[in-house]
Amino acid sequence: MDTFASTNSTTQRELIESVVIRFAGDSGDGMQLTGSQFSDTTALMGNDLSTLPDFPAEIRAPAGTTFGVSGFQVHFAAHDIMTPGDAPDVLVAMNPAALKVNLRDLKPGGLLVVNTGAFTAGNLKKAGYDKNPLEDSSLDGYRLLKIDITKHTLQSVESFGLGNKEAVRAKNMWTLGLMMWMFGRERDSTAEWLRGKFAKSPNIAEANIAALNAGHVYGETAEMPQGIHAYEVPRARLQEGHYRNVTGNEATAWGLLTGGKLAGLELVLGSYPITPASTILHYLSNLRAYGITTFQAEDEIAAVCAAIGASYAGSLGITTTSGPGLALKTEAIGLAVSTELPLVVVDVQRGGPSTGLPTKTEQSDLLFAVYGRNGDCPLVVLAASTPGDCFTMAVEAVRLATKYMTPVILLTDGFLANSAEPWKIPDINSFEPFPVKQRTDPAGFHPFLRDPQTLARNWAVPGTPGLEHRIGGLEKNYDSGNISYDPDNHHKMVKVRAAKVAGVADDIPLQKIDQGEDSGDLLVVGWGSTFGAISSAVLGARKAGLKVSHAHIRYMHPMPKNLGEVLKRFKHVLVPEMNNGMLVKILRSDYLVDARGLNKIAGQPFKIAEIEAEIRGLLASS
Amino acid sequence: MTPLDPPNPPLTRKDFTSDQEVRWCPGCGDYAILAAVQRMLPELGVRRENTVFVSGIGCSSRFPYYMNTYGFHTIHGRAPAVATGLKLANPQLDVWLVTGDGDGLSIGGNHLIHVLRRNLNLQIILFNNRIYGLTKGQYSPTSLLGKRSPSSPMGSVDNPIAPAAFALGCGARFVARGVDTDAKNLINTLKRAHEFQGTGFVEVFQNCPVFNDGAFDHFTAKDVAAQQQLHLEHGKPMRFGDDKGLRLRPGSLDIEVVTVGENGVTEADLLVHDETNRSQAFLLANLDPPTFPVAVGVLFRSDENLVPFEVGMHEQNKQARARGLGDINALMRKGHTWKVDADPSADPAG
Repeated sequence: MDTFASTNSTTQRELIESVVIRFAGDSGDGMQLTGSQFSDTTALMGNDLSTLPDFPAEIRAPAGTTFGVSGFQVHFAAHDIMTPGDAPDVLVAMNPAALKVNLRDLKPGGLLVVNTGAFTAGNLKKAGYDKNPLEDSSLDGYRLLKIDITKHTLQSVESFGLGNKEAVRAKNMWTLGLMMWMFGRERDSTAEWLRGKFAKSPNIAEANIAALNAGHVYGETAEMPQGIHAYEVPRARLQEGHYRNVTGNEATAWGLLTGGKLAGLELVLGSYPITPASTILHYLSNLRAYGITTFQAEDEIAAVCAAIGASYAGSLGITTTSGPGLALKTEAIGLAVSTELPLVVVDVQRGGPSTGLPTKTEQSDLLFAVYGRNGDCPLVVLAASTPGDCFTMAVEAVRLATKYMTPVILLTDGFLANSAEPWKIPDINSFEPFPVKQRTDPAGFHPFLRDPQTLARNWAVPGTPGLEHRIGGLEKNYDSGNISYDPDNHHKMVKVRAAKVAGVADDIPLQKIDQGEDSGDLLVVGWGSTFGAISSAVLGARKAGLKVSHAHIRYMHPMPKNLGEVLKRFKHVLVPEMNNGMLVKILRSDYLVDARGLNKIAGQPFKIAEIEAEIRGLLASS
Repeated sequence: MTPLDPPNPPLTRKDFTSDQEVRWCPGCGDYAILAAVQRMLPELGVRRENTVFVSGIGCSSRFPYYMNTYGFHTIHGRAPAVATGLKLANPQLDVWLVTGDGDGLSIGGNHLIHVLRRNLNLQIILFNNRIYGLTKGQYSPTSLLGKRSPSSPMGSVDNPIAPAAFALGCGARFVARGVDTDAKNLINTLKRAHEFQGTGFVEVFQNCPVFNDGAFDHFTAKDVAAQQQLHLEHGKPMRFGDDKGLRLRPGSLDIEVVTVGENGVTEADLLVHDETNRSQAFLLANLDPPTFPVAVGVLFRSDENLVPFEVGMHEQNKQARARGLGDINALMRKGHTWKVDADPSADPAG
């Protein structure tokens, strides 16, 4: 915890600048709900925040086991923050397995809250403990708060006549109440949320609220051990505006709808359930009033093919997926490149290869997105850098797909998808509309007539008299659109498709330096969800007097026109990525710079300290 | 859905013929099917601009290039998925899906299952030549056991699938069969498929003169056709040949061939074709020579009126938009939001 110098005497709360809390328990313990409720309340109270949900791929792994542990980390502060925090200041462990898995991350001297009620011989054994860590000296390095949360919860809901299972289940709300006391959070919005969630069983809602209140009361009245007390985290000074918490997948869904509106097009989403992209399908399926038809297809291939069919018919086809799904869609994406139809593909990246780590984050589809198709098959690739940026880049994906008649792959990842941040809600009326003009004039028409500026072919939609035509995956004659096996024509068509996509570089912002001077000793170049960690690490290094800057790329293909020149103004280039070196390879090959990689392939976001250490090390040795 | 008015003046076969040179092998059955379709469309009174042919990959899938309508030659096996997207975007389009035994039943089998069970309002013509033609003659999922081909030189041990039975198993609501060279019956069958509100599945026995010549001669050749084909007509007894007929073997669910006038069998003993009877259709779909004739015409037409998938989806869209298109700005401001004032010391508001 970063602390202020003073304590607030009126509330007896210690003023602190920021705190990182991790809630951890069994995957059935409701830790994700606890964490997200704490976060929502925290946002409403005006703190800046960032969250990191971390859950197993198994829905309900056997209770008490280490592989069934689910965690939710929230970092909130009285200032701007950009990451969920390197290490928790506070760890809430609902059972021995949660302690076992998470203890190594807790800061030395950190606060450890444990539910002693779950530290039974059976649970200790399942977690791999020979003896109870609460009873030896192994936790001496932490401030330990031992509470039988199970027992207190059962007492608090006794009067509601719930079954034992239902009653014990309320322990996450008791814990939430306690933490809300500790960090001065209001309980109203959680109570309201519980009443809404259990609208059909008011008794359960009220029991949970009773548990929430009981946890809070416990904090107020119980005598706490030495060094454990309540805190206050003052509001952050956010920019003026209307805010909400948003996850990347929500922002992506809303960005796609907004793009459709700005383009003046109906959207058709073809999707197949896949972690961690499925929630985009869920959100959009519930938003059909906003100009979208959602189709859960029989497989990933059908999902993208339906989107392509919809684009041929004059809507904008969209498909949402993750790595393995993108692999299945590649042939169809090639068809969209060849037929020059607009298509938006959202790839919420996860750990690979193959099934990999479905619930963990990674940035390892970059080369696949940019290069991974048969034939010379260029398309536009974008990457969102924060949960809120998913909105902006989804709008941008729709703009570029429709303006250039091309597939666009938008890369996000599991971290962006699930993590939340306060987001200044944009006014969609402030976006410049980009209405799409579909062709109606038969005079001089052929399907591959191109706009001389953008090289986009004209979009002729079935139902339009006089524009009947055939398209397909076979090579087309440049001048008629008919099938052509002519060697020179093929050369010309490959070149024109490449030139069209390369031309997008004239239509996107120049690469800016996100932090620091525009020349110096070191440029840290990132893309995607590493934005917060890199930004914070560069800030730290700059405070220490190092001549470091940060540039974050959002247009992965084509890249901004000035990027090569930006890179060359620095002595060194460092590229932190959650993969085995992909952007670094592109930068080295495209710009002939001696860029170096920093790779973390652990299914977890970078810690600020990891990047800062690399920056310091690199500059010290050069 | 209001159907578009028929074109005025009426169109001719020529209006549906594109300027592209047809590139099938001489003698290919595909020519006859193309001609039948081009002859039929003017009779349906459909508009060119509203008609879309969608195909996958294979000889038959070149079909859209030869039609002067909208057309999409997609990728191997995926035509049903592309067509689904087309219909979702615009349910008014009149979509014909052209596929083959390899495209539809092998690489695209999964999509065929789902388009059939969803009952999209479109027509599927599956050209069955029991061979892979475009890749030069490998055995296909409908090739018979023992078929010798470049990839099965010792004879295929790959048990074939019966397309019509497959379609019925997928929950198809209109299943029919035709023969490439029998234009008159083929046109009638395709018209029935078009008229059906839902997926109209038509298997066409199509001769590949290069890699599988004569595969269907044993029931399509002029001299044997009458003896070996059962032309189904709703409400009519199942008669074929000079005096043959089908009946249920007493006490069983098996079909047997009988001779009318022998052993006391009269026409009244024969099965009467009921298009709406799925169980009967299953039996008919699995009849094979030499014991049985091949059933052609409409094997099954459901009278259950299942709303086509795209129509159901658009009904839901309408419901969701009953009060007009949603306001995205309002949507993003729903739920827990708060305002931050310009003055950093001001209180946040919920």
